[in-house]
Amino acid sequence: MSNWDILWSSYDVFLNGFYNTLKLFGLSAVLAFILGSGIVFLLEGSRPRLKIPLRIFIDAMRMLPFLILAYLLYYGLPSAGIRMSAWTAGIIALVIYHGAYFAEILRGCRATFAQGQVEAAIAQGFSQPKMFMRIILPQLILKTRGLLGNQLIILLKDTAFLVIITVRELTAAASSLSSTYFIPMEAFIVVIGFYWMISIGLELLIKMIGRFGAKRGFENA
Amino acid sequence: MPETAAVSIRKLSKSFDGTEVLRDVSLEVQTGEVVSILGSSGSGKSTLLRCINWLERPDHGDIRIDGDRIGVSDSGKPMSRRELAGMRARLGMVFQGFNLWPHLSVLRNVTEAPIHVQGVSKAEAEERAMALLEKVGMVDKRNDYPYTLSGGQKQRVAIARALAMQPKVMLFDEPTSALDPELVGEVLGVIKDLSKEGYTMVLVTHEMEFARAVSDQVVFLDKGIIIEKSHPSEFFVNPKTERVRRFLELEVPVA
Repeated sequence: MSNWDILWSSYDVFLNGFYNTLKLFGLSAVLAFILGSGIVFLLEGSRPRLKIPLRIFIDAMRMLPFLILAYLLYYGLPSAGIRMSAWTAGIIALVIYHGAYFAEILRGCRATFAQGQVEAAIAQGFSQPKMFMRIILPQLILKTRGLLGNQLIILLKDTAFLVIITVRELTAAASSLSSTYFIPMEAFIVVIGFYWMISIGLELLIKMIGRFGAKRGFENA
Repeated sequence: MPETAAVSIRKLSKSFDGTEVLRDVSLEVQTGEVVSILGSSGSGKSTLLRCINWLERPDHGDIRIDGDRIGVSDSGKPMSRRELAGMRARLGMVFQGFNLWPHLSVLRNVTEAPIHVQGVSKAEAEERAMALLEKVGMVDKRNDYPYTLSGGQKQRVAIARALAMQPKVMLFDEPTSALDPELVGEVLGVIKDLSKEGYTMVLVTHEMEFARAVSDQVVFLDKGIIIEKSHPSEFFVNPKTERVRRFLELEVPVA
């Protein structure tokens, strides 16, 4: 039996890992984006007391290696009496870490947003949340789609770190097969293929957003 | 008892960083009236217009829309965002820079606020929008996006968007100043039609001929003070002050 046959016979291990990675990625990406958008909304307007802590949070996350954050949540917090499952710790780590990055990307773009459009919305009687959801956020997404796409791919790759806090995702599947049968080369090549598949899907999604934007004159943003 | 003015401005003052932009400005706009605010750049005319819908907060004085004070609630406290939004919805604003929302089609630019601010049904908002786009000659472009339009077309859509909220008063802040000369006419044409239909309008403009043709009242601002307020037939023919006479000599070619 060749090494590839061994891997084929354990395809269910890969599929399970793939499924878990997708679930981790999908859930964290959605929640991180909501968190990032929420932070940018709170940075709008007249809430000076929130501004400083939010900026500190964003900068703190950006200056921290993701792996250390995951370690801290899973291995560090129990000593403070807070115990979470590996999944919960992993998702929280991904969400707050990448949420801060999403916030930074959107905030940078918000700073260059045409004030006249905001005034037009205010003059029409829009409330702040509605103006943010309907006028500002859609345009921020169209303008930053390239950066958001990069960040999503980094998020995807960061899910692989969670093998270290025992989450049974794709890299964990490869790692366990490689040590059981001692075929690291083949096992990891297979997971690279899986990561590529998800990344290509993301690229397609960003392209679709790009086409949506180009129709509206956002192609050079 | 006189009829309540559509807009009533009393003793309005406003400073930016210690520089006085408006001083003790008072002005009444009756329903159905068209009032043009003239003056050189920096005279405070745009600030005055922007105070009417509270895009700028005046330092002193009060502004009433149909008798209701904007910006300050009955208890004397500053209005909540919600109350302010309700007052602003009575005023339609058209900006020099159009300020259309580029991610929305022409039609959706016009239906957005009626649906999401007034809570009008989508069907009704679209019906209303189509009638207005017809009025400004932009029905054919309803599914296009703003970046494909010329400046004049953008401004006509912006006028339809402001009208869609069925405002009591329309405010125009130099609506043709950002347009190529050959596009000015189509926008002024639309505004003129509105004046014939009896819309109440306050207009900041540099188009003297136009102001003369559509206005019921012309107001001249100089360094934040109203120095003349009269009917256009009086204002343009027989100005009371030397300042206005000089201004008109520079702005209006001698006929």
